[in-house]
Amino acid sequence: MSPELVSLTWLIPVPPLVSFFLIILLTNRSKALSHTIAIASIATSFVLSWIVAFAAFGTPHFGAEDAIGALSVPWFDVGSGAFMMGVLVDPLTAIMLFFASTAMLAIFVYSVGYGNYGKKLDPHDKPGWPAHNGVDPLYSRFFAYLSLFAFGMLVLILADNLLLMFMGWEVMGLCSYLLIGFWYARKYDDPNKITPRQAGVKAFMTTRVADVIMLLGIVYLYFATGTLSFREIMFAQEGEMLRHLASTPSIVAGLSQASLVGILVLIGTIGKSAQFPLHTWLPDAMEGPTPVSAMIHAAAMVSAGVYSVIRMYPVLAADGLVAHAAEAAGHAAEAAAHHGPVITTPMGVLAFIGAFTALFAATIAVAQNDVKKVLAYSTISQLGFMLAALGIGGYVAAAFHLMTHAFFKALLFLGSGSIIHGMEHGAHHAHDHASDPQDMRYMGGLRHKMPITFVTFFIGGMALAGLPIVTAGFWSKDEILLDAWLHAPAVFYTLALAALLTAFYTTRQLWMVFFGAPRSPSAEHAHESHWTMTAPLVVLSVFAVGAGWLNIPADFPLFGQLVASLGLEPGWLHHFLGGTLVEHPETPAFTLVPLITSLVVALGGITLGWWVYRNAWKTSSDVDPVERTIGGVIYGLLKNKYWVDELYDVLFVKPAFWLGRVFFTGIDKGVIDGFLHGVAWVSVGVGNVFRDYFDKPVVNGASDGSGVAVKWAGRELRPIQTGRVQQYLIMVMAAAFVIGFFMWAAR
Amino acid sequence: MSIPLSWYLALSAALFSIGVFGVLSRRNAVGVLMGVELMLNAVNINLVAFWHYGAFGPSTGLAFALIVIAIAAAEAAVGLALIISVYRRRKTVVVDDVNLMKF
Repeated sequence: MSPELVSLTWLIPVPPLVSFFLIILLTNRSKALSHTIAIASIATSFVLSWIVAFAAFGTPHFGAEDAIGALSVPWFDVGSGAFMMGVLVDPLTAIMLFFASTAMLAIFVYSVGYGNYGKKLDPHDKPGWPAHNGVDPLYSRFFAYLSLFAFGMLVLILADNLLLMFMGWEVMGLCSYLLIGFWYARKYDDPNKITPRQAGVKAFMTTRVADVIMLLGIVYLYFATGTLSFREIMFAQEGEMLRHLASTPSIVAGLSQASLVGILVLIGTIGKSAQFPLHTWLPDAMEGPTPVSAMIHAAAMVSAGVYSVIRMYPVLAADGLVAHAAEAAGHAAEAAAHHGPVITTPMGVLAFIGAFTALFAATIAVAQNDVKKVLAYSTISQLGFMLAALGIGGYVAAAFHLMTHAFFKALLFLGSGSIIHGMEHGAHHAHDHASDPQDMRYMGGLRHKMPITFVTFFIGGMALAGLPIVTAGFWSKDEILLDAWLHAPAVFYTLALAALLTAFYTTRQLWMVFFGAPRSPSAEHAHESHWTMTAPLVVLSVFAVGAGWLNIPADFPLFGQLVASLGLEPGWLHHFLGGTLVEHPETPAFTLVPLITSLVVALGGITLGWWVYRNAWKTSSDVDPVERTIGGVIYGLLKNKYWVDELYDVLFVKPAFWLGRVFFTGIDKGVIDGFLHGVAWVSVGVGNVFRDYFDKPVVNGASDGSGVAVKWAGRELRPIQTGRVQQYLIMVMAAAFVIGFFMWAAR
Repeated sequence: MSIPLSWYLALSAALFSIGVFGVLSRRNAVGVLMGVELMLNAVNINLVAFWHYGAFGPSTGLAFALIVIAIAAAEAAVGLALIISVYRRRKTVVVDDVNLMKF
């Protein structure tokens, strides 16, 4: 990459920020101007991102130590030197820029249609409520928030140090709060149903817990190394800094500094990427507008969580570097034969949490009826796949799945928004207020009503299910399974089961939404969405298929050669991404078992789903066939998400409120207020004493007395004033004599 | 052929005393005014005498005397006007009868 190009990379996040301020400060009144500015800004960022990304793709051996783009300037002075801030373009950044900017541009365009632009403002719509059939009353504000969000994401991607990355991370946290609670005034008849406002607070609070711990990790890393720059810590001097971190014990017994930092940063990711046990905020975040769900749960925020772990992967795996070195010193021959990554403590934690969450969320998704909730749990599950892959050393596989997932999950979320929009349109048309437009039980048969949405959603769903060969999801998931099979069989079996469930619930969702007969008047009168909504769907569905071709392994039967003959490089992502690591990861050798497994789970899950649901759901009140099979108790457990929310309510929320009340009545009202009241009582008493014994007698007495004295003297001296000129003159003469006498006497 | 300063001073003192006596004893307001004129002229004599004996600068005494004469003229004009005005209203020029300016 040319230095000129690198020196301009810092401009990528700027347009969305400018757009945010322009809309908030100036153009809030004009909806057309606001969305034009927002889309122009994200389009600028998109073009710049693609220029940078493709320049990186085209650079030979990009990612080697001297072949990355980096630029930094002094930010603020600390101690002996200056803290540097800047941009870093390495292969990972290039990949992130490529897919995040694409997905964000699609989401921005989609939001135009989603906000009902072009329709008249409905006088019944109130700000903070979803619009019924007119343009959203807070349309401009929505684009301002989206712009700020995009800014946060781009800063995070481009940051060359942890602190700047963390700032982008926090900007996104704020925006997710603002956007999830975008319909802040909305209330439901059911008091137990979480409102958007509450969901926003919940998301913010949950991620905050994780962020504080992550900040601790960042501080500890700075304390241990004196720098937060990715280049200095991870890539410079052949990993010398990493070896130092890995060989120094930390304050926690049994952990090296690298492990401790890794675990702390990991916890931040668990919060941001909604992994167990901090996953509860993400399904509730579905209360936000659907483009927000696509933004937060596909393209940006949750990806940021995984991205941060991928970025920090060298630190997480640093212990292995030392172990390898020790082996190499001992038995050189054996070390050479040993390819597998060493699973360090943080990686073990990561693998466990990721695999567990993948399966856990997949089981919940089976029993959800809300079209967006299914996608939310599938997102949690897929993020679990990525983290599990990182935990077993599948660095490239995780990044690959992150990219393909961003495309097909953004596609699915935007598709679900289009479905909901169509259903709402139908509900408006048929005056059907009984059926929830997000509830899949009331849908059915929409493939005829919304053909474009159907085809694109179907492609996205198949990518999620991992339909072999054609879809991107298959290639990336297969890669993860291959890594798992080679390095950690337990993770492999868990993920395979989760993948089976994924294919199953995706088929269930597709069936319930698009096939069969319409089960409500809303579904009968549903209508295809505006082109600004369907066009992004089409674009994303192209990527949801095509992104998989980037990393087809060279030794994959038939397709490896096919890709090569098309002029693409097989296993390209491996060569491209692997160059950043100190120890280049080996391309995992082709193995038959995981391939057959992923074929079986994908096709088996889809077939099973079709077979179970082919005759189900004739009416909206039918019992789910799965419920009949596994029994109401277990189904209820899944449907209610294992009661985790209720458990947290009892464990954390209720005690927090109880503690608050105790502090309020006992400490605040009793002790602090008592003390304050005591101080007030004493002050009043002292004041009264001063008033009665000093102010009134002395101060008032003196001033009153002088007045009285002057009055008395005036009354007594009044008779001298006779009005007779000659008497006055006598007095003058007398005075003159007296003065003259004294002057004479004093001579 | 010079007359000593003390003579002038004695004359002026006598004249001043006559003026004071006139002011204090006359019942007629015009008489009181005339007494005031005598006192002023006594002062003039003093000023000129001291000037003549070189107590002041070259023309200071004369200037003072001239100012006093001018003031006296003004005072006489205003005083007589007042007296005429009082007389028109109250038909009297007796000082003791005009005693409104009291508490």
